[in-house]
Amino acid sequence: MADTLTEPAPRATTTESRTPTVIADGVDIVYRVTGTGAGRGSATAALSRILGRRKHAEHEGVGGVREVHAVKGVSFTAYKGEAIGLIGTNGSGKSTLLRAVAGLLPTANGRIYTHGQPSLLGVNAALMSDLTGERNVTLGGLAMGMSREQVRERYEDIVEFSGINEKGDFITLPMRTYSSGMAARLRFSIAAAKDHDVLMIDEALATGDRKFQKRSEARIRELRATAGTVFLVSHNNKSIRDTCDRVLWLERGELRMDGPTAEVLKEYEKFTGAGK
Amino acid sequence: MSQSQTLCAPVPEGAPVPEGAPDGAPRAVPPDAAELAALHGLTVSNARPALPAYVRQLWDRRHFIGAFATAKLTAQYSQAKLGQIWQVMTPLLNAAVYFLIFGLLLGTSRGIDDFVPFLVTGVFVFTFTQSSVMAGTRAISGNLGLVRALHFPRAALPIAFSLQQLQQLLFSMGALAVILLCFGVPPAWSWFLVVPALALQFLFNTGLAMVMARLGSRTPDLAQLMPFVMRTWMYASGVMFSIKNVLPEHGVPQFAKVLLECNPAAAYIDLVRYALIDSFDAGQLPYGVGVMWALALGWAVVLGVGGFVYFWKAEESYGRG
Repeated sequence: MADTLTEPAPRATTTESRTPTVIADGVDIVYRVTGTGAGRGSATAALSRILGRRKHAEHEGVGGVREVHAVKGVSFTAYKGEAIGLIGTNGSGKSTLLRAVAGLLPTANGRIYTHGQPSLLGVNAALMSDLTGERNVTLGGLAMGMSREQVRERYEDIVEFSGINEKGDFITLPMRTYSSGMAARLRFSIAAAKDHDVLMIDEALATGDRKFQKRSEARIRELRATAGTVFLVSHNNKSIRDTCDRVLWLERGELRMDGPTAEVLKEYEKFTGAGK
Repeated sequence: MSQSQTLCAPVPEGAPVPEGAPDGAPRAVPPDAAELAALHGLTVSNARPALPAYVRQLWDRRHFIGAFATAKLTAQYSQAKLGQIWQVMTPLLNAAVYFLIFGLLLGTSRGIDDFVPFLVTGVFVFTFTQSSVMAGTRAISGNLGLVRALHFPRAALPIAFSLQQLQQLLFSMGALAVILLCFGVPPAWSWFLVVPALALQFLFNTGLAMVMARLGSRTPDLAQLMPFVMRTWMYASGVMFSIKNVLPEHGVPQFAKVLLECNPAAAYIDLVRYALIDSFDAGQLPYGVGVMWALALGWAVVLGVGGFVYFWKAEESYGRG
């Protein structure tokens, strides 16, 4: 019985023996944006839009809300053990795509299949600047889905890693009193305290001073070792080259290239003119 | 390469393979995303979990909900010099304004024995619902950053905001107890009936907050509209006058009176007054005590369960903006 159920692995030597962790299948992502449409600010424009709604409804969507097509028909398959870089000029849809993979943004068309629950490295949104660093560590940990015990266990490590207390007892002060560098360090430390199946990092490497950057790069390598798959969004081609073995290049929401780091970066640098 | 692929077993047992595919032909592209996903046990990202699973996820996040509510409450007045004293001062000042206008200037106190306790109880209890609804309306639309950054059952947000209002209410209730004693209302065992009444109101508020959260996530403009709706609701709920005494004098039709008396806010306010204020006896209630409790329970269950299901139905769409 068990013999007949042998894995389909033998037929594949290189590509198909690998376990996929994320499959994106023709993904479209559309944002609805209010408050930016032409003339939206003026009352007469709003009025005429309401009156003329029937006429324009088909073109503009309900109430003249503008739609932004942020990601168009992107398909890729990520495998276990891969570190994938996402590059592209500003506003090319990198962060949007990551959010959709994390299940945080709904897709308009297509589907994204994932192994487990991919998580975005970052807890900024859950933290409150009026609270002390101490309470933010707890709040951030809980927000990422850690239990109270896990937070208690890792509390010391988080504070130590952030180095917040190196210059006095800052962890008991409200976060609004921190310098932007200190706040960024604490945020990274909290976010990096959890192990992930599929980990996505959105330009998190460029925080803090040089010393802290070194430390965070090391931590990301650690996370990479435990995580199944890592996605990294960055504008720093060097950090992409250091950490990733495959690169997806997005431009205007479309997947322009998908391949080994060196190859894609070469084309990308030609495109942006940075390679000279 | 391709040799080894054609030689090896073309069809893995148990795996769905399209009939039309040429046998053993090497394929550069995986057969089909859905098939490949199914083969390796991948699930659709951002799919809405079934209701029981959703409840379980929410229960797993209970510590986050509690911590978030407490954090919001503490952060609220942390920049003020008087700090947490405002937790008590805000509702007291609120009540003082209504006393000035309705008690002293307009004299709606006719036929009410302990007007100040009557008024303050009404204001505090209604404020509980009012602020839960207001916070609920902005629970998703005002926290898009959080929704787009972290994964958690979204119902955690409206629930946390309602919980924050419940904590706020506890401060108000402490202040209320002092006011009652100052105005000569004798303490009684019936005061403990406040607990189930407010628990039911909390359930009702949370359900309503979830309904508003879903509506507000689609139409952020509701946040502008709701203050007016809530103020109308407050004036209609007998916060500063007795519905029973005042409406018949003004020739208000019977059906309107019944409607006002059965409205959930009025029911919760009356139950709390009945529990706390000695002179507010069963004769002041529009219906029998049992009917009032049934009304309070009914509203709580209908909104609590209905609101939760209504919110869950759109779970996957929150965060679209």
